[in-house]
Amino acid sequence: MTLAQLNKGEKAVVEDLNTDLVPLKLIEMGCLPGNQIELLQLAPFKDPLFLNVNGAQVAIRKETAEHIQVKRTVE
Amino acid sequence: MSERIKVALIGNPNTGKSSVFNLLTGLQQKTGNYPGITVEKKEGFCRLTKELSATILDLPGTYSLNASSLDENVVIELLMNRKHKDFPDVAVIVADIENIKRNLLLFTQIKDLGIPSILVVNMSDRMRRKGISLDVEMMEQQLNTKIVLTSTLKKKGIDTLKTQIANYIQLENSSCLDFRDIDPDYFASLQKTFPNQSIYKLWLVITQDVNFANIDRNTIQSTDGDHTRSTSFLKRLQQRETIKRYQFINEVLKKNLQINREQATDFQSRLDRILTHRFWGYVIFFVILLTIFQAIYDWSGYPMDVIDSAFVSMSEWAKSNLPSWFVPKLIAEGIIPGLGGVVIFIPQIAILFVFISILEETGYMSRVVFLMDRVLRKFGLSGKSVVPLISGTACAIPAIMATRNIENWKERLITILVTPFTTCSARLPVYLILIALVIPDTRVLGANLQGLVLMGLYLMGFGMALAGAYVLQLVLKLPHKTAFVVEMPNYRIPILRNIGITVYNKTKSFVLEAGKIILAISILLWVLASNGPSSSFGDADNIVGQEQGLTQIELEQKISAYKLEQSYLGHVGKFIEPAIAPLGYDWKIGIAIVSSFAAREVFVGTLATIYNVGTDEEDTIKNRMADEVHPDGKPVFTLASGMSLMIFYAFAMQCMSTLAIVRKETNSWKWPAIQLVVMTLVAYLAAFATFQVL
Repeated sequence: MTLAQLNKGEKAVVEDLNTDLVPLKLIEMGCLPGNQIELLQLAPFKDPLFLNVNGAQVAIRKETAEHIQVKRTVE
Repeated sequence: MSERIKVALIGNPNTGKSSVFNLLTGLQQKTGNYPGITVEKKEGFCRLTKELSATILDLPGTYSLNASSLDENVVIELLMNRKHKDFPDVAVIVADIENIKRNLLLFTQIKDLGIPSILVVNMSDRMRRKGISLDVEMMEQQLNTKIVLTSTLKKKGIDTLKTQIANYIQLENSSCLDFRDIDPDYFASLQKTFPNQSIYKLWLVITQDVNFANIDRNTIQSTDGDHTRSTSFLKRLQQRETIKRYQFINEVLKKNLQINREQATDFQSRLDRILTHRFWGYVIFFVILLTIFQAIYDWSGYPMDVIDSAFVSMSEWAKSNLPSWFVPKLIAEGIIPGLGGVVIFIPQIAILFVFISILEETGYMSRVVFLMDRVLRKFGLSGKSVVPLISGTACAIPAIMATRNIENWKERLITILVTPFTTCSARLPVYLILIALVIPDTRVLGANLQGLVLMGLYLMGFGMALAGAYVLQLVLKLPHKTAFVVEMPNYRIPILRNIGITVYNKTKSFVLEAGKIILAISILLWVLASNGPSSSFGDADNIVGQEQGLTQIELEQKISAYKLEQSYLGHVGKFIEPAIAPLGYDWKIGIAIVSSFAAREVFVGTLATIYNVGTDEEDTIKNRMADEVHPDGKPVFTLASGMSLMIFYAFAMQCMSTLAIVRKETNSWKWPAIQLVVMTLVAYLAAFATFQVL
């Protein structure tokens, strides 16, 4: 599944991402395979996404989230 | 003579870097631009010891040395080039304790450049509360650096930092990790091709397309095309580099950083659940905007009255006590009223800047970006356009400069083009005086009606900006690629000192910049109004004097009115009167509009100058305007003409400085020219419609 399919409040682990389409800045913030992501908040129309990536809080657009493969972690 | 060294402050945005800068330099700072580009350059002076002082350069906030914006480019180009005149002797990298992992990424990159570095860990006051502990000595060894803990909120650690900077000779300048491990063969062969160059700088040149020394990307490409291969290859390598750096950082932090998650409060996330809520978030944002505009109106009344009457009495005093030859007359009738027209807006501009800097300092502005992104994207803008659009209410110039962190060129261009529609502080004087003239001072539903009209004008400015953006989005054919990544910093209590310094600097530069233009134009206007082309100008006393049955005061007023009409200025006004009569303006307003094409805020000053020429009345501009009548005896300023004039000012492009900055930012005359023509046309038509309907 992609990050864009995650629901509010859910956590996931980054599995893979398309380096051509995901901005390097997001990668540098810690959005790297193996790291944890939590979807904190969604704006209307599920876009943009407000995330906690590896301890950093960032907002990204849905179109970017669609290029990030994640695995949902069940608690 | 004491020695002076150069220090660069480097760090991620939102680490408190500017607070460190403010504490090091106090008010001994100046802002300018980097040559050729409009990135703001902040420099300050700091005394380190008796013998040693430092020039502190506050570089734009950057997340890494992989630049994604112009601001970040400045940092890289400076730090790559040892011959640059601002090249630092010491780099001070500011990190904040809560985001130290991410902040250290930049730190490891700076270390690879071989610049002597100090690591500042800021916001150390939060450590206990957040349950964080740090083994500083151990970390200093592993990172090959000196670490200073500071708390800018509690003003702690700054003296230690000064001592460390003063001992810069002893600082390490070696790397703390070997990034070449990510592809040893690639970097070995690159080094072989360029044996005398730093490998990390070569790598940056390849990935960033920045120049240093005599090498640029083309040189590398033509020497050995294998090193630049495909973009995909380079991007994957960059990702591996980032992973490598994080591995190192994680190792270091695992040993030295203890975080007790239990103690960390979740106040922040609770706040975010409300402030970024899909419904309440918007309500709160709207209420905040409403409060700001009410405050601008309600709080500024008293100081403005004081300033107003001060300038009136100054002008009066000058008129009656200075000799009546050219220069003193110019001072009394041209310069003092003209300057009064600028100074009077200091309270409002300062109030606006206070609010904007509070919104930025607390971290709330990023939430607004998040809330508004989807909405604004429908109009071809970005959530990041919120910052320019809101700062545009202060001044379009810094606002247009603030579009630089919009990564997408189409969204950025549209933002640049529509930002001048937002109500800048230069329009405020025009609105305020006209509202006071034509809108009654009553209360509607508990709110001040004049304040509501003002808010309406602001909303109309935003509305027009959105409408313009929507049209541009359909018209402009530009490639679209998103790179929207916005950090949502933790909420913070704003530091009063920072707000004070920001407000002081911004207000000062507004007053100085606007003041210069207004002063020049006031002088020009006064000269043009006090001289005329034909002999009838000089004969005014005789021509008017033939009329019978006038009192002394009436006679004087008639003479001065006649003189103004026959002056050079009067001729200009009369010339354009046919064009503006359908909008409800007379030739005097015409003069004010013409002079406003340099800068809007000139409007009030111009009217002050025009109405002041030759009169001795003790009166404010507002009362003079209220008394102004057409030749048929009807008042000039009615609801219809007043509203029409406000609409004209709302939409017209009347600011040379903005045009200049748009030219700079878009690198072409095409866009400012389009802006000038289209906006002025829209203004004319809208004002025409308003006057005819009302």
